Amino acid sequence: MSEKIYGLIAEFDSPAAILHAAEKVRDAGYRRWDAFTPFPIHGMDKVMKLGNSLVGWVALAGGAFMFLNVAGLIWFSNAFDYPLIVGGKPMFSVPMTFVPSYIMLIMGGALGALIGMLGLNQLPRLHHPLLDQKRFDLVSRDKFILVIGAQDEKFCATETKQLLEAVGGRHVEIVEDVE
Amino acid sequence: MADSALNLEELKRLAPPAELQRAPVVEGKPGLGALTDKLSAFAEAKTPVWWWIVFIPAAFAATVIFPTCLFYQVFTGVGVWGNNHPVMWGLDIVNFIWWVGVAHAGTLISALLFLTKQHWRTTIGRMAEAMTVFSVMMAGLYPAIHVGRAWFDWFMFPVPNSNGLWPQFRSPLMWDVFAVNTYLVVSSLFWFMGMIPDFAVLRDRSTTRIRKTIFTFLAMGWTGSARQWHNYEKAYVVLCGLCTLLVFTVSSIVGLDFCTAQIAGWHATIFPLYFVIGAVFCGFGMMLVILIPLRKLCGLENIITKSHIDKVAKLALVSGLIIDYIYLMEFFIAWYSGDPYERWVFGHRLFGHTYMVLGWMLIGINVCVTQLLWFKKVRANLLWLFIIGLLINCGMWSERFVIVVGSLYQDFLPANWGKYMPTIWDIGLYVGTLGAFFMLYLLFVKFLPMIAISEVKGVMPEADPHHPLGGAKKEAGHE
Repeated sequence: MSEKIYGLIAEFDSPAAILHAAEKVRDAGYRRWDAFTPFPIHGMDKVMKLGNSLVGWVALAGGAFMFLNVAGLIWFSNAFDYPLIVGGKPMFSVPMTFVPSYIMLIMGGALGALIGMLGLNQLPRLHHPLLDQKRFDLVSRDKFILVIGAQDEKFCATETKQLLEAVGGRHVEIVEDVE
Repeated sequence: MADSALNLEELKRLAPPAELQRAPVVEGKPGLGALTDKLSAFAEAKTPVWWWIVFIPAAFAATVIFPTCLFYQVFTGVGVWGNNHPVMWGLDIVNFIWWVGVAHAGTLISALLFLTKQHWRTTIGRMAEAMTVFSVMMAGLYPAIHVGRAWFDWFMFPVPNSNGLWPQFRSPLMWDVFAVNTYLVVSSLFWFMGMIPDFAVLRDRSTTRIRKTIFTFLAMGWTGSARQWHNYEKAYVVLCGLCTLLVFTVSSIVGLDFCTAQIAGWHATIFPLYFVIGAVFCGFGMMLVILIPLRKLCGLENIITKSHIDKVAKLALVSGLIIDYIYLMEFFIAWYSGDPYERWVFGHRLFGHTYMVLGWMLIGINVCVTQLLWFKKVRANLLWLFIIGLLINCGMWSERFVIVVGSLYQDFLPANWGKYMPTIWDIGLYVGTLGAFFMLYLLFVKFLPMIAISEVKGVMPEADPHHPLGGAKKEAGHE
């Protein structure tokens, strides 16, 4: 069992406070940090320069995959493998394939969105060093927590602590990663 | 931003007069912490007596009546129901459409109102989604056993089999298989994904080891980091968009089952829209029936406010008015078409001796009772709304009956005519599904976060970093 430093944790009382603290941490040149909040905070993605989430693309890929596969399946089953004449209509046509393919597009898109969200967030995970932290439980309640990771190039236990205190963070503590 | 008022007094001075202000999402101005306590209280407190009083009969219906009727029918055959020539679609299909309808309003509230940025949806969205998930479960059961030999249900899926046969994809009945299954999967995913942050709330609040273990497992390691929220919000928007499409697709396809048939009364192009709007209308009725007692019994009057109930009632009114218009069109087109069979069927909906009671229920409730919702006094009276909600459900049920049975029992040849009466097994199965629905709903209310905790907190002024309650200060505005 080895212990190493995961990062420094600081607590804030309001969304505005953590937003401004985040701006200052970013301006100080830190890169490996994150804000933990009970709900998404408007403007935080801009401060963190997160850009556009890739989840939309994963959902699109899932939807397109399903759409094409089901259209292909209908062609294979009703026009190729067992050609079926219904009402003298063509063996394969767009109107007959569209509805089931479109429905499965929705299914694929939804699965893509969920899987994409979980994948990009690296969930599910059984353990996270922050979840052992006593005061971290308050994040899902009404506190806002900023964490600067020890892997950050600029990380220094004393200087970073001073910065977090200077931007208004309370209960600034070191989090240890127990393995 | 020079015009953003940054202290409370200034905000109050600039605000429009009281009667023009939007009602607050949550009444009583609780802080974020107190709000969290309030929203998770019911899932954490001791089970109240009323819960058992409702749960025990529902569970009896779900675990005794339901399987009895189900297994008797499956082992014996569809003949135990009243279905017989010429009415081959009886209560099973009526109830199928009815349950799908109940589901639709839930998706509409949680998905479409999210896309249109209606903040009040956050308080009732989760309960609406649960209603969707459970009622789609009930709906999906009916076609599966209506086929008669339920053990051959897998023939409906395109899987290679020893007969070398494939499903016939030109049939809307086949599309239904895809639509209902997709609806069940997607609405469950949406419901579950919305609950992940709230599972984390319950995990962090849990005091016993067993609760901690269960919610740790369900929350899947959610920490609420900005990066997680960023992806989560995107996924949520995408799912909302897809669910909104489903609202308009699933019932349309159910409508297509009917309008591709040649039967007078079914063969009309208005059917897809008719079924979508009817579904939504029925679901808003069910929403009123569920919300009004629960907000009282769970002590959520400040969260699910009268203003929210009022909005649900207004939505019920709007969808009811569209339904009324469609009734008018149906009767008009039947007359205008000059088709004697169409005229016969529609005439018999109201004046035929067999099912005229149901026809007049349809008019009396869906057309007349709905108009009561125009009045603010009615919309403010919860007892009235509860009764209207129940009536809407009955009215829509009778509408489905009138459409399904009313068109089948007298078709083109008088030699083909016959009557349909549901048997005890038809009714027992319906009671069973109602019991199962309410049993699942009560379990949901008791054990899962029944209100979207993080979503409600997210629309509070305390959550807005540019609002004084969110900690915004004067000098912050100049940055």
